[in-house]
Amino acid sequence: MFSIEVTDLKKSYSGLKAVDGISFKIKQGEVFGLLGPNGAGKTTTIEIMEGLRERDSGDVKILGLDPWKDGYEVHKRIGVIPQDFTFFEKTTPKEAIKYYASLFNVKVDADAILKEVLLDEMEKHVFESLSGGQKQKTGLALSLVNSPEILFLDEPTTGLDPNARRAIWEVIRGLKAKGKTIILTTHYLDEAQQLSDRVAIMDHGHIVAMGTIEEIIEQNGSGERLEIHGDKQLADYIQANTELQVTYDDMKGIITIPLKKKIDMLAALAAAEQSGMKWGEIQTRQDSLDDVFIKLVNDPFGEQIEEEAIEQQQNGNKKGRQ
Amino acid sequence: MVSFRRIYVDFKVFSIGYFRNKFGLFFGLIFPVVLILIFGAIFSGESGPINVYAQNQDTGAFDQNIGNEFLTALNESSTMRVITVDVSENFTDYLAAHSSSEGIIIPPNFTENYLLEQPVNITVYGSPASSTSGIISGTINGYANYFNLQRFNGIMIIGLNSATVNTSQTSYIDFLVPGLIGFAILTNPMFSLVNIAADYKKNKLFRQLSLTPLTKMEWLIAKVLFYIALSLAGFLLMVGVGVFAFGAHITLSLWLIPFLILGPTLFASLGMLVGTVAKNPETAGVIGNIVTFPMMFLSGTFFPMDFMPSYLQTIAHALPLFYVTEGLNNVMVYNNIPNALVDIAVLGIITLVIFVLAVKLFKWREN
Ligand SMILES: Nc1ncnc2c1ncn2[C@@H]1O[C@H](COP(=O)(O)OP(=O)(O)OP(=O)(O)O)[C@@H](O)[C@H]1O
Ligand SMILES: [Mg+2]
Repeated sequence: MFSIEVTDLKKSYSGLKAVDGISFKIKQGEVFGLLGPNGAGKTTTIEIMEGLRERDSGDVKILGLDPWKDGYEVHKRIGVIPQDFTFFEKTTPKEAIKYYASLFNVKVDADAILKEVLLDEMEKHVFESLSGGQKQKTGLALSLVNSPEILFLDEPTTGLDPNARRAIWEVIRGLKAKGKTIILTTHYLDEAQQLSDRVAIMDHGHIVAMGTIEEIIEQNGSGERLEIHGDKQLADYIQANTELQVTYDDMKGIITIPLKKKIDMLAALAAAEQSGMKWGEIQTRQDSLDDVFIKLVNDPFGEQIEEEAIEQQQNGNKKGRQ
Repeated sequence: MVSFRRIYVDFKVFSIGYFRNKFGLFFGLIFPVVLILIFGAIFSGESGPINVYAQNQDTGAFDQNIGNEFLTALNESSTMRVITVDVSENFTDYLAAHSSSEGIIIPPNFTENYLLEQPVNITVYGSPASSTSGIISGTINGYANYFNLQRFNGIMIIGLNSATVNTSQTSYIDFLVPGLIGFAILTNPMFSLVNIAADYKKNKLFRQLSLTPLTKMEWLIAKVLFYIALSLAGFLLMVGVGVFAFGAHITLSLWLIPFLILGPTLFASLGMLVGTVAKNPETAGVIGNIVTFPMMFLSGTFFPMDFMPSYLQTIAHALPLFYVTEGLNNVMVYNNIPNALVDIAVLGIITLVIFVLAVKLFKWREN
């Protein structure tokens, strides 16, 4: 049973393709992380799913409903923290919760909700006097009032202190345990790793990778590798005496050997021992989500360097010909 | 379906927020009262007797000086206070030096001529454009007739009893109270909603509200109800100050209620409309002022419409505030209910149109 189905979704802002044909399905009870650099299109995507923004084309079903056309129905059943959450300046978090509860016509324990999001100390302070993180927590508190089936959390922990982040993680885990479907965007990859069942990485309006974090690392990462601190001769020796592929980093003095099978490590180490040469620290490494993220997301800075390199090469060629 | 529970809930939260803001309280309730105190103090103070300069060139005859008696009589009247100017002065120069255009000269031989029953003229200086000059020459004329009668031992047959009819008694303060109430009914909801509409749009608060079951119409009705309540409170305060501090003559009647309901509804909706069509809070403020200020000055708020040239009066009939001010005047000052009913009808139609437009045009969500 899918809570959310998005098919070939597109949205442009006066020519700029913010979301450019993305599709995904999210199962009921799943925590789905949406990752990507600034301007990737995460907020646009999430706002379209929330029924706060009209799409240009594509199909979106939230609990089987069209979030734009049936927004009023959808909104009763979802909870939302917008990226830049604001509320009435002169209203306290507790009043805000009671206001929401009355509007939704539900009974809630405002104090319990405030405690859950670690906001109980600030219950009597008006919204405009709250800190950024406290405002964010007020947003989370409000999104919980109508016991939503789906929660959309757009950067819920940005700007929060470590304790508050963890508190919000606990709230999210609690909601997951209750079987709620959660869509979460974040720039903290550890957070995505901690909370999400699956993630999608977006860039320039496209989904560049999707799946469990393990799947994404496996498909896009370089796999497990052995690193040995040693010199060039050792690298050559291992290369000569094993079937392994060896690369050497002069600058760092590190020999890197990709491990197709775990047993490859034994062969490498045996060769090293046999060589009689000195070697230092050894470790096995695997691409982290961070490594994969950076690889997948062609950040403009990286692109620029690449372009410059190509340009230089071309200039060099020209010179050569002259 | 409009839910009164949700309207009430939104009304409550908005009111609490409003009164936490000292500015709102000041502009909502205190400012109109201050206005009425200021204008009332300026215009309703007892205007004292008019100062009139007089030169008595009469030297008297037969041990009498009728010129002096005449001036004393004038001075004892309630309308003027006579300031005598020495005979050595050039009278017209003296008047000019004292920035006055009103004066009396009693000619030489006045007593003699009077007693010998020879016609003699008192010269009265005045400017034809000034209403004080009219009052002065009228009073002097009256006293001259009285002295003429006395000379022939005549008796006064026709005297004057002072009495007043309701309409003739309207003073500036009576007119000012409804005008300033209209002013408060216009400015409070109008400026607030222009602000709120633009600010909520910028801070995405409408988007936030769209996530709840509250509807646009319910939200606007809650604001309208709040400003009706605020206008009612302002109305009571202003009438109280007008009546108790300045003795305004005001008729209170149930016919005021339609104006106190339709007025705030109209201007809250109009403010919402202006805030909605504006791209950002700055433009909203400018458009708000462009709409509000002409209405404020041309609708008979601070001075009666009759003072304005007729083409401006025609323009005024196109301004919604005109029907509020005129209606309030019709009820409170002239007690003219049939005319007030016309104002209510016109106001009702304008209000309905603007309210519907405001609800239709303002958006919870972005495209
Ligand atoms: N209201 C808007 N009008 C015009 N362009 C917009 C609007 N909102 C977003 N954009 C543009 O669309 C692109 C995607 O924006 P979006 O907010 O979806 O990114 P995001 O992934 O949420 O970024 P971030 O991580 O910084 O929050 C950006 O290039 C942005 O400039
Ligand atoms: Mg975003």
